[in-house]
Amino acid sequence: MTALIRLYRGHERLALGLLSMSLFLIAWQGLADGWWADALQRVSGQSVTLLRIKPIFLASPWRIATTAWQLYFVTGEMWRHLGLSAFEFSVAFVAALVVGMPAGLIAGRNRLLSYAADPLLTALSAMPQVALIPLVVLWMGTDVTARIFIIALLMLVPILINAHAAARTIDPRLLKLARSFGASERQVFRSIVLPSATPYLLAGTRFAIGRGMIGIVVGEIYGSSTGVGVMINQSGAQFQTARVFVGVLTIVVAGMALSELVRRIEKRCHVWRQPSLEQA
Amino acid sequence: MTVKLEARNISLSYGDPASGGNLLALSDINLQVREGEFVSIVGPSGCGKTTFLSVVDGLIRASAGQILVDGHVVTKPGRDRAVVFQDASLLPWRSVRRNVLYGLECAGITGRPAEERAAHFIDMVGLRGFEERYPYQLSGGMQQRVNLARALVMDPELLLMDEPFAALDAQTREMMQEELLQIWRASGKTVLFITHQIDEAIFLSDRVIVFSARPGRVKESVDITLDRPRSLKLKRDPRFHALEDRIWGLIQEDGGPPAR
Ligand SMILES: Nc1ncnc2c1ncn2[C@@H]1O[C@H](COP(=O)(O)OP(=O)(O)OP(=O)(O)O)[C@@H](O)[C@H]1O
Ligand SMILES: [Mg+2]
Repeated sequence: MTALIRLYRGHERLALGLLSMSLFLIAWQGLADGWWADALQRVSGQSVTLLRIKPIFLASPWRIATTAWQLYFVTGEMWRHLGLSAFEFSVAFVAALVVGMPAGLIAGRNRLLSYAADPLLTALSAMPQVALIPLVVLWMGTDVTARIFIIALLMLVPILINAHAAARTIDPRLLKLARSFGASERQVFRSIVLPSATPYLLAGTRFAIGRGMIGIVVGEIYGSSTGVGVMINQSGAQFQTARVFVGVLTIVVAGMALSELVRRIEKRCHVWRQPSLEQA
Repeated sequence: MTVKLEARNISLSYGDPASGGNLLALSDINLQVREGEFVSIVGPSGCGKTTFLSVVDGLIRASAGQILVDGHVVTKPGRDRAVVFQDASLLPWRSVRRNVLYGLECAGITGRPAEERAAHFIDMVGLRGFEERYPYQLSGGMQQRVNLARALVMDPELLLMDEPFAALDAQTREMMQEELLQIWRASGKTVLFITHQIDEAIFLSDRVIVFSARPGRVKESVDITLDRPRSLKLKRDPRFHALEDRIWGLIQEDGGPPAR
């Protein structure tokens, strides 16, 4: 017993996380299989249909797991979807970074450009970009290029806005210091602007990853036959809820993995930061 | 003796967004500093000392008047000047060593010679063993010493120091004062030194310039003719006390005692 307690103490965070996750899954499984309805019926004598959810509305965790196994390792259908969506996402990600970071930093460093860019950025951040999807379809159709465009558009906004904010919040004393040492514009950029912007840029990137995942689903609403988003949308239309969840979980796992990657990079970039209370 | 630094009719006003008007920080400052001279500026807080130093460095353009260094008008910062800033202004993402190297890097000096010079001055300010620490891991006084080393490593002809020892404890401060005098004597640099500490100004300087309260003006220039080399014993000399009283009086006449 004491060994068990010691084990728990050592991994308190993991243990509580696993516990809540298991309870959640059990509750869910019970809803789908009618455990709770049966139990209540035995007690109260009446059938509680509300607690018995049909599979066309909600698949049970177990069904989702077996379906995932099927799709990934028996038919292998999922890899096709995943491959195309990953390709779209990667191209869009790179495009959004390559356009958004320099544009945001440059606009933020130049006072006049910054004034000019401000209303545009404000409008862009207030606008629900998914509303533009019908327009994009009108212009570009529903092929892979159009999907990449939609994903990139969604990712661009947080990257651009964070880069812009980053360039505008640089400690003026450090800029003064660089000027006093006669640093060239390029040196100022490399030694002051970029390092002070890095936390913002990474935060923006992390945010953009989440938006890109949304982009995969909404960008693939129309047409075509391949892609995780397509698979989710079509399965939903056919009431194949287990397949919907396999697609959603695929995206969740991919998004979490990418976010974790960025978080690792953040951690490595921030050795010079005073550890915050939580880490201390 | 040749004049190293000359300020001619320097006036400066800051725009004040709150009132929409201007805030006159410096008003018609005239002064000369000879080559190799050690000059301190004292004056009430907010009288424009930091502003004046920034004008001399070329970081801020005066509203009127000119700064001449070696007879040339200053329009921007140059290699012949280096500033020890009032707030340490260290790059938080650079270690002590790389902070000290920063100015050299900007000037295109890298590699072994730069590293050796940096190591020498890090040692001199007593930070050996802290080379790879980041600024957040240093005390305020240690940060200020990095700031000092970063300026000294540039080997400037004109050293502009803005209250460099304000954050140090008494012992370290006196040690650094003697160290600074040694460097100054050995190198023949010209030093413009801002301080709130009247005894520090007298102990170090050939001349103490007293600024009036804002707008900053040269109120008086007091020659310090005490013999050199000076030792800390000097601070108990009656002549030293007489000078202290005099400068104290000058500052008190307007704006009260210096802050801090
Ligand atoms: N960037 C700025 N914009 C507007 N006003 C400023 C600016 N910097 C300084 N001032 C004002 O100019 C005056 C002089 O400031 P300065 O920093 O030169 O004083 P100081 O003599 O160095 O003071 P201290 O001894 O406290 O360091 C102050 O009244 C201050 O409010
Ligand atoms: Mg000051």
